[in-house]
Amino acid sequence: MDEGLRSELSKQGIFTTTLEDLYNWGRKNSIWPLGFGLACCAIEMIAASMARYDLARFGAEVFRPSPRQADLMIVAGTVTKKMAPQVVRLYNQMPEPKYVIAMGACAISGGPFKQGYNVLKGIDRYIPVDVHIPGCPPRPEALIHAFMTLQRKIDEQSLTGAKRPRHLVAEAPSEFPVPEFGEHDLEPPNNPAVWQPPTLVRAE
Amino acid sequence: MQGATVEMVPNGSPGGVPSLLVDNAHALAIAKFLREDPSLRLDYASNVTGVDWLDAVVQEKQKVKQVVEGVEREIEQTTEFKKPGYLEVVYHLYSMELKHGPLILRLRTANRGDNARVASLTPVWRGAEFQEREAYDLFGITFEGHPDLRRILMWEEFKDFPMRKDYVEPDDYEYEPTPHDDVLEKTQRHYPTSLQDVPRESNAKGGVVSS
Repeated sequence: MDEGLRSELSKQGIFTTTLEDLYNWGRKNSIWPLGFGLACCAIEMIAASMARYDLARFGAEVFRPSPRQADLMIVAGTVTKKMAPQVVRLYNQMPEPKYVIAMGACAISGGPFKQGYNVLKGIDRYIPVDVHIPGCPPRPEALIHAFMTLQRKIDEQSLTGAKRPRHLVAEAPSEFPVPEFGEHDLEPPNNPAVWQPPTLVRAE
Repeated sequence: MQGATVEMVPNGSPGGVPSLLVDNAHALAIAKFLREDPSLRLDYASNVTGVDWLDAVVQEKQKVKQVVEGVEREIEQTTEFKKPGYLEVVYHLYSMELKHGPLILRLRTANRGDNARVASLTPVWRGAEFQEREAYDLFGITFEGHPDLRRILMWEEFKDFPMRKDYVEPDDYEYEPTPHDDVLEKTQRHYPTSLQDVPRESNAKGGVVSS
């Protein structure tokens, strides 16, 4: 729609919008997170949802106790290898469209435990992550920033065309394989469809 | 408690708390005594942990008198002998009633392989239950007489004992921006031509990391 005409119409008291804008506006202002925490980052997440930081301003105060009612998974804390299959299973149980915020150094990379034997080196090995927040733990402001980043991301999603989001592509996966407990490590150690180990390329 | 062996192990460190090495056959009876004796009343096991001692070669120097060319001389002789490895469980005991402690108790396994067994002291100190399970999980020490000996931190299918010194962790090294010490060794093993090996000048031109 022509921007000039739109502006002219709004001066006459006629407001126009597109279905896409309306749909995304509704979605981005009612992101319900799944209420679960794994470590100390969860305390910051709880603080963000309380009165001082007031996550309710973003329509995200309803932490859902069931994955079936949640739109957003905040992976708040250290994901141990023993916990990782349960986190992936919870993600699989969430209905589309669903989003993931990896909160804190542990959830994005393993953090201080990266060189250990029992901590997953980032939840993005098994599920797609939309926003990564560094910090140990990140302050509530950082979580709010991640929320606003996610809102912007949702707002920019176009509902048609080749760049439409995953939940509108029929053949795109909604569930991801749950890793199994192996004799020495999780099997598989990562999901190659979601994540590949980094490679070093030297510029000549 | 006849025939029980209790050995005092001195501690040379600044803390200097000695410990008692107890034999497995009488450990339970000794533990009961330590808890019940009115002058001891060690009713609280605050900490149970494990120690892994690998096989070691010990050198011992001895002065031997020998006759060399008709003259008797004192010659220093070094003998080497193998000391088999073992696993150790350490209990820190306190008395809540008499407000004293700690008393440190050690139990040793016969070896690190098929006979890594000690007596469980959970029947005496109930609080030792989970900590003994942890020592079983991470060191592979079997506690005989434990009511519920299962893995507690790692999953049931896990076969290794991660706190043993010869544990080989899964080879899942990933790029690390500032590697050092043993992480640097891993870096060089996985990325032989990583940025660390590049001379400073060519590094300044730009080593690019892409993921």
